[in-house]
Amino acid sequence: MILAETKAKELEGWNRQAVIEPKGDGELLEVAMGPHHPSTHGVFRMDVALDGERVIRLKPVFGYLHRNHEKIAEGISYLGSMPYTDRLDYICPITNNWAYALAVEKLTGQEVPERAEYLRVILGELTRYQNHASSIGFLIQEMGASGTPLMYAFREREKILDLFEELTGARMMVNYMRFGGCRVDASPGWLDRTRKVVAGLAAFVDEFERLLAGNEILMARTQGVGVLRPDLAVNAGVTGPMLRASGVNYDIRKVDGYGIYNRFKFRVPLGDHGDVYDRFMIRLLEMRESIGILEQALKEIPVGPVMSPTAKLRGFRPKPGEAYGRIEAPKGELGFYLISDGGPNPYRYRVRPPSLINLTVLEDMCLGHDIADVVLIFGSVDIVLGEVDR
Amino acid sequence: MGLSLDLREQNLKTIEEIKSAIEAAVPGAGVEIAANPSPSGQVSLRVEPSHALAVAKFLRDDADLKLDYLSNVTGVDWPESLEAVYHLYSVEKKHGPVVLRMHTVNRSDQVELPSLTPIWRSAEFQEREIFDLYGIVFTGHPDLRRLLMWDGFKDHPMRRDYVDPDDFEYEPTAHDEVLKRAKSHKDRDQGSGNREQMAGTA
Repeated sequence: MILAETKAKELEGWNRQAVIEPKGDGELLEVAMGPHHPSTHGVFRMDVALDGERVIRLKPVFGYLHRNHEKIAEGISYLGSMPYTDRLDYICPITNNWAYALAVEKLTGQEVPERAEYLRVILGELTRYQNHASSIGFLIQEMGASGTPLMYAFREREKILDLFEELTGARMMVNYMRFGGCRVDASPGWLDRTRKVVAGLAAFVDEFERLLAGNEILMARTQGVGVLRPDLAVNAGVTGPMLRASGVNYDIRKVDGYGIYNRFKFRVPLGDHGDVYDRFMIRLLEMRESIGILEQALKEIPVGPVMSPTAKLRGFRPKPGEAYGRIEAPKGELGFYLISDGGPNPYRYRVRPPSLINLTVLEDMCLGHDIADVVLIFGSVDIVLGEVDR
Repeated sequence: MGLSLDLREQNLKTIEEIKSAIEAAVPGAGVEIAANPSPSGQVSLRVEPSHALAVAKFLRDDADLKLDYLSNVTGVDWPESLEAVYHLYSVEKKHGPVVLRMHTVNRSDQVELPSLTPIWRSAEFQEREIFDLYGIVFTGHPDLRRLLMWDGFKDHPMRRDYVDPDDFEYEPTAHDEVLKRAKSHKDRDQGSGNREQMAGTA
């Protein structure tokens, strides 16, 4: 009963949402949810203190998948870490590659050719689309709709993974980007096939939305559940669709305009309530915006090299200094912080994992809700354990 | 292209202006500008740990800066000291980053730094991770426990002088190199790991 005994007053004043006390008329129960609970997307544990079915305390426990990625990266060359970044958030390897490449390019001042920038945007938005689709699928699966929406999402994801496979040679562990460009060029045939796939994406979002958004059970289970206040979201460093579902207009693609994002027209969808339903809806809307970006990028993509002629592949030793590069990954702000001492390996290599930091507010969102809602709230955060534990 | 705008283009004050604003608001803050020769141009402010909380509060609440969003907290192991680096952005004003750094006195017994979790909650897990992997003790942190390693673990794996304990070399029938290595530091103090399990191996 250690967890249930933490008093509310001990937890006050730490920028938390209200802490609640047990009513005192029922038995308190402490449950370890996970690490092998099917809803935890991997090996993750929540120690939950329950008053009846109501959650009164929740502590996440990490580290079951910890392999000290950062330490490994300090021992190998800069480029050697590139394939390893695929394994962080293994649903979206492309954006991990991109964030790392961006940080190193900032560190060295390396320019990226036009065509490579376009390819990055195309692949990045395909990644965002398939991540959001499968994340919604998983959320609905956890609500009890076993299989159907998830399989619909995976059918879509499959088409995108086929494109990744054709271009990079791997469906998930793509290892595609390099400092100063991309590893291989896309053939005209690949671009045509991508255009064909993109043309079909909007129909799927319509179908998905018709199938889910007005569903009475989904609305009853998700509306008003797991509300996150915008001020707490900002203070707790929550990013990505979760932050925007709380109504905070912050999209790094707009704010930093990294790569060539300031050339594209797209909107940033915002939520009103910050509950699970808003987070679900924001993902659907972002999928639509991604399709818009994809259409523009596929129309405008120029011909040219995909690798900067000044890029140095062998004997890569950045001058001493440091750089922090960040992108809007599908799950939030993914950043890499690198310190170079002039050697072939980074002196310090830090991953800013959106999945881990978005979980900071998990307890705040879950307090006072039923244990069955914890599964939904957790699902709506959208995490991947490979990135949480690194 | 590909590089973000520098501070001036974002209508954010230059680093010197931020420094003098801090010094005006927090007397004796002892802020120094740490150069960054890299093309990224991300210059950072080194803060005296004793004034860090006041400086952080000023940076968050100042009307011109409004650095309400702490993105990233990093631990760094330098030869003489440990360091915590904070990357700050503003969600309201959409500028950044402003980089804050604090040094511990040494790497062995004086490793305390003030926790900035009371100012920015996003430091909660990140400072726990640094406490876990680097051994920086963040005073004032509401819940300073290990984050990734298990509670019984004693060492700090991200430190540069960290040596793997022998139980990571455990093999059911140790032979050749593994056996030699296990024997060679059988008597070393095993900072962590499961010694009972090791007793039967070598």
